[in-house]
Amino acid sequence: MANITIHINGVPQTLDVEPRLLLVHLIRENLNLTGTHVGCDTSSCGACTVLMDGRSVKSCTVYAVQANGKEIMTIEGLAQGGLHPLQEGFKEEHGLQCGFCTPGMIMRCVDLLERNPNPTEEEIRWGISGNLCRCTGYNNIVKAVEYAAKKMQGAEVPAETVA
Amino acid sequence: MIPQAFHYEAPTNLEGAIALLQKYGSDAKIMSGGHSLIPMMKLRLATPEHVIDISGIQGLEYIQEEGGTLKIGALTKEVALEESSLILEKYPLIADATKMIADPSVRNLATVGGNLAHGDSANDHPAVMLALRATVVAAGPNGDREIPIDDFFLGFFTTALEADEILTEIRIPIPPAQSGGAYLKMERKVGDYATAAAAVQLSLDAAGKCAQIGIGLTNVSAAPMRATRSEDLLRGQVLTEELIQEAAKMAAQDCDPNPDLRGSIAYKRSIVKTYTARAIHKALERAGA
Repeated sequence: MANITIHINGVPQTLDVEPRLLLVHLIRENLNLTGTHVGCDTSSCGACTVLMDGRSVKSCTVYAVQANGKEIMTIEGLAQGGLHPLQEGFKEEHGLQCGFCTPGMIMRCVDLLERNPNPTEEEIRWGISGNLCRCTGYNNIVKAVEYAAKKMQGAEVPAETVA
Repeated sequence: MIPQAFHYEAPTNLEGAIALLQKYGSDAKIMSGGHSLIPMMKLRLATPEHVIDISGIQGLEYIQEEGGTLKIGALTKEVALEESSLILEKYPLIADATKMIADPSVRNLATVGGNLAHGDSANDHPAVMLALRATVVAAGPNGDREIPIDDFFLGFFTTALEADEILTEIRIPIPPAQSGGAYLKMERKVGDYATAAAAVQLSLDAAGKCAQIGIGLTNVSAAPMRATRSEDLLRGQVLTEELIQEAAKMAAQDCDPNPDLRGSIAYKRSIVKTYTARAIHKALERAGA
C-alpha cells in the first residue's frame, strides 16, 4: 500500500491505496464522486476526464499514486456559487442528451478555454477530439463551448472558478 | 481492467532512479507519463514487479537550442512541444507529428522520452527522430552515453537501453537553411495508432539539389524503420516528380507491415507510397523549393 495525499476539489485527502488503483476508481469508489464516468477504460473516450494540476487527463489511464501531492478537480468541484459558464452553456445550448460524456467533455473544455479563451469552431472540435459523444453529433457541444467562451470573456465570472 | 499488482517508487533524482534499476533489474519498468505503459499493464501485456515513476525528477523538461543542437529533455510533455514557438517555427516535422499523437488530454501527460523508450514502431516520435537523425542520451551507473537513433531501436519493443539505463535527452542537429520537414499520418480516428505514416526531413543546397534527407516510417515494421534506399536515391539529386514517385515506391516495397484491423499488407504499402510522396512534397515546399 502507498500513502498519498491529494487535493480533491480543494479538499486535502490522505489515503492508503494499492499502487495499481486507477485514479478514476479512487475518485468514484473511495471518494464516492460518481460524476466522473468510466466509459471505454482504454483512454479513447474521455468520459473519465478530470483536471490534474489544471490540465485535463484521462483518469482511467493514471494511477492514483501519480496524483500524490497534486490538485484534482472533478465535475463536482466546478460549480462555485452557481453553475460554471460551461455547465450553463451545456444547459442553454442543449449540449447533452444522455449526459454520459458530459462531465468529461466539460472538464476537457475547462482546460481548453483556460489555454485558448476565444477558440474558433475548428479549435473547439480539435480540442474535444479525445472526447466521444454518441448522442449529439457535437454541434450543440460546440455551441455550448462557444457560449461559455463568450460568457467568460465578459468577465462576469470570477477567475477562481475557471480551473 | 485491473493491472497485476506491483510495487511503486517515485525517486526524486536520477541517481536514485538508476540505483533502483540496479537493484531490480529487468523486474522494473520506468514510467514517466504512463500513457504507453499503463494501457499495456491494464491488458496485462506488461506485468512489471516494480514501477519506477520518474515524473517527479526535476530538470528533465526543456526544449532548447544549444550550439548546433536542439535538446529536448526526456520528460518534456507532448503538450509542451505542441505549444513551443521554437518547434512551431523551426521544426515543422515535430510539430506535425506531435499534434497527431493521441488526443489533447493524453498529450497533457505523455512524454517524448516515453514515446521513444517504449520502442514501439506504432508510436510517432521514432520515425520523426529517424528522419531528423537524432541522438538519444542514456544515463546509467557509469554516467551518460549517446546512442545514435539508428542504433537505438533493435526490434519489436526492444531498444538499446540497458536494464539500468534511463533515456534523459534527445539531441537533434539544428537543420541548415533551406530545410523542411513534414509528417503525414493516416489514422482511422483521432487517437488511433497510424495505419501508416511517413516522416520526412530534407535540406537543399545552393543549386536546389537535395543535400540531405531522412525518411522514417511508422507502424509498418517490427522496429521503427528508416527508408534507406529511398533516401539514397534522392540524396544529391534535384527532386523531380519521377524521382519522388520512385523513392515512395521503394519505401512501400521495403516496409514490412502486418495485416490487421487497420488494413491489409497491400493497403498499408499503398498508404506508405502515397504518404511518403506527399510528405516529400510538403517538406520541399517548406524548404522553400
